[in-house]
Amino acid sequence: MIAEIDISLIDWSRAQFALTAFYHWLFVPLTLGLGIVQAVMETIYYKTGDEFWKKTAKFWMKLFGINFAIGVATGLILEFEFGTNWSNYSWFVGDIFGAPLAIEGVVAFFMEATFIAVMFFGWNKVSKGFHLASTWLTILGATISAFWILVANGWMQYPTGMGFNPDTVRNEMESFWAVAFSPVAINKFFHTVLSGWIIGAMFVAGISSWYLLRKREIKFALSSIKVAVVFGLIACLLSIWTGDGSASQVAKRQPMKLAAMEGLYEGDNGVNLVGIGILNPSKKEYNDNEKAFLFKIDVPIPKLLSYLAFGKFNEYVPGIKNILEGGYKQPDGAIALSAEEKIARGKLAIDALSEYKKAKADSALYANKADSIKIVLAAEIENYAETVSDDTGATSQALTADELFSGKTAEIQTKIVNSRKQLDDNFDYFGYGYIKEPKDLIPPLSLTFYAFRVMVILGGFLLLLFALATYLSYKNKFETKRWLQWTCLISIFLAIFAGQAGWVVAEVGRQPWAIQDILPTSAAISKLSTSSVQLTFFIFLALFTILLIAELKILTSAIKKGPQINEQ
Amino acid sequence: MKTSVLKRILSFYVEGFRSMTIGKTLWLIILVKLFVMFVFLKFFFFPSYLGKFDNAAEKQKYVSNELIQRAK
Ligand code: HEM
Repeated sequence: MIAEIDISLIDWSRAQFALTAFYHWLFVPLTLGLGIVQAVMETIYYKTGDEFWKKTAKFWMKLFGINFAIGVATGLILEFEFGTNWSNYSWFVGDIFGAPLAIEGVVAFFMEATFIAVMFFGWNKVSKGFHLASTWLTILGATISAFWILVANGWMQYPTGMGFNPDTVRNEMESFWAVAFSPVAINKFFHTVLSGWIIGAMFVAGISSWYLLRKREIKFALSSIKVAVVFGLIACLLSIWTGDGSASQVAKRQPMKLAAMEGLYEGDNGVNLVGIGILNPSKKEYNDNEKAFLFKIDVPIPKLLSYLAFGKFNEYVPGIKNILEGGYKQPDGAIALSAEEKIARGKLAIDALSEYKKAKADSALYANKADSIKIVLAAEIENYAETVSDDTGATSQALTADELFSGKTAEIQTKIVNSRKQLDDNFDYFGYGYIKEPKDLIPPLSLTFYAFRVMVILGGFLLLLFALATYLSYKNKFETKRWLQWTCLISIFLAIFAGQAGWVVAEVGRQPWAIQDILPTSAAISKLSTSSVQLTFFIFLALFTILLIAELKILTSAIKKGPQINEQ
Repeated sequence: MKTSVLKRILSFYVEGFRSMTIGKTLWLIILVKLFVMFVFLKFFFFPSYLGKFDNAAEKQKYVSNELIQRAK
């Protein structure tokens, strides 16, 4: 009756989700980053009273508005997909996502509807101070929204603060604070928001460079660059710091993701960090004898991966093979289980759920039956009691009736208690029960590995670029450096690419899990026809392309028109 | 007193919308987008999968059955 879930259904559904997320992520970081840059510019205007800064801020605000309008609500499509394509997952996590996402919705709506209106309509109508406050609150609201969404994502990577209720088949929140302030969520929030700041800063520096290349709006461009590059430099430094924090969270909670990020098959004490490398395409199995790399150069600081992951140069970092085979000592001292042991425990958990559900149904059925029989019996007894004057006979009849049921009731109760215990004891491995073979636990390796390199290498490049641009712009030499202006312009795309690569690391690297260790995608997905998912994939592709063209058109025409500041 | 505050807020929005330039195009895009998303996409392509069940108990039963069967 229940057909196997088709791999292509999972792949298409993931592709559809990825497409929507990529698209959504074109707008979000620019909102977060550009929002701060324009708020800083308005703050300069507030402090100096110089109309030039007001106009400068207003121009960037216009671009912010265009990006915001095109991007707004694109995230809702992800929620549609949860309900349609990932319905088991949505049911399973309902309670946990409910709270953060509801808060997100309400906060975002009120903050954005009021403050953004003041920001755009309020110049000359409200006081300078109130306007400035609205600008900051707009961006604060957007950042708080991002926080709640990232809390939800963080929970999927590290499900904490919840308990599974087999009666509702849902995870229920046990500690709101544990969910909201889980170290994974916090790290993710800072790293992600900072990556948005980098993109916003690069956007301002890049567009301003375009004006310089065109020899237009010179003062406006140079002043904007001065604000953007310092902001970008700070954001880059902080994002490397928080990225390191993310990596150590990954090492603790998702060791397989870390191993995939590094192409590490065999773990060791004191492992180097791979700088650049090319994976060996003939390595097909984790336990064959092919080597992992055709070519690789480690970062020259020895044992850096161990240090980044666990804060100690000689700490053991498990590779893919070790994680699947188990038997090594984990940082908390416990010995790691093998994949097979985890799968066995997952099966125990799922069997227990099945037993529990059966026992509960039996218990309801039995209680019902017993009740109706007892009613009949009670009537009989009453009849009987009326026929005999002495009712001792009736009492003894009633007792035997209860006794008759109590044996079976106790048996069912024991089943309920035992299966519940078995479920609770093994729930941490619940999702492993769906895994057919240990190697299914390995995420797509090359995508994860290369995406991680792209993000980190671009992060390093952008850091150098911002540092150089800061130096040259404060030495008043930026205007003559055309190669730097070109680099800044092109780097807008590189910064966006780095952010998308970051999401690939985070999301592809955690496959096959929809919720780490608890629910794989094969169990999370709705049983739809693959062709219907393909259809919506292409509908999205078409719609997104149209919207993107609209955005780029409006954006470029606003940029071409320029801030129209009289620079004399 | 109260109405005049409300009036001022209302006229703040009305005037704001009136004096928009590029904003008008953006609002048009937002409205078309929301229409496409909610009417076209949500209605035709993204019904809630569990919506076919009448109540929470049935949804729960369906999901738990799926979760148990898929491990087999
Ligand atoms: C240069 C040093 C960097 C390091 C060490 C680093 C590290 C990481 C790690 C370990 C993750 C995965 C987190 C997870 O799976 O939970 C991640 C994700 C991510 N990174 Fe980076 N990153 C760096 C730079 C950048 C840059 C420059 C950007 C963008 C401009 C960026 C954007 C992202 C994004 C958007 C994500 C996905 C969200 C998340 O999981 O936090 N990262 N980064």
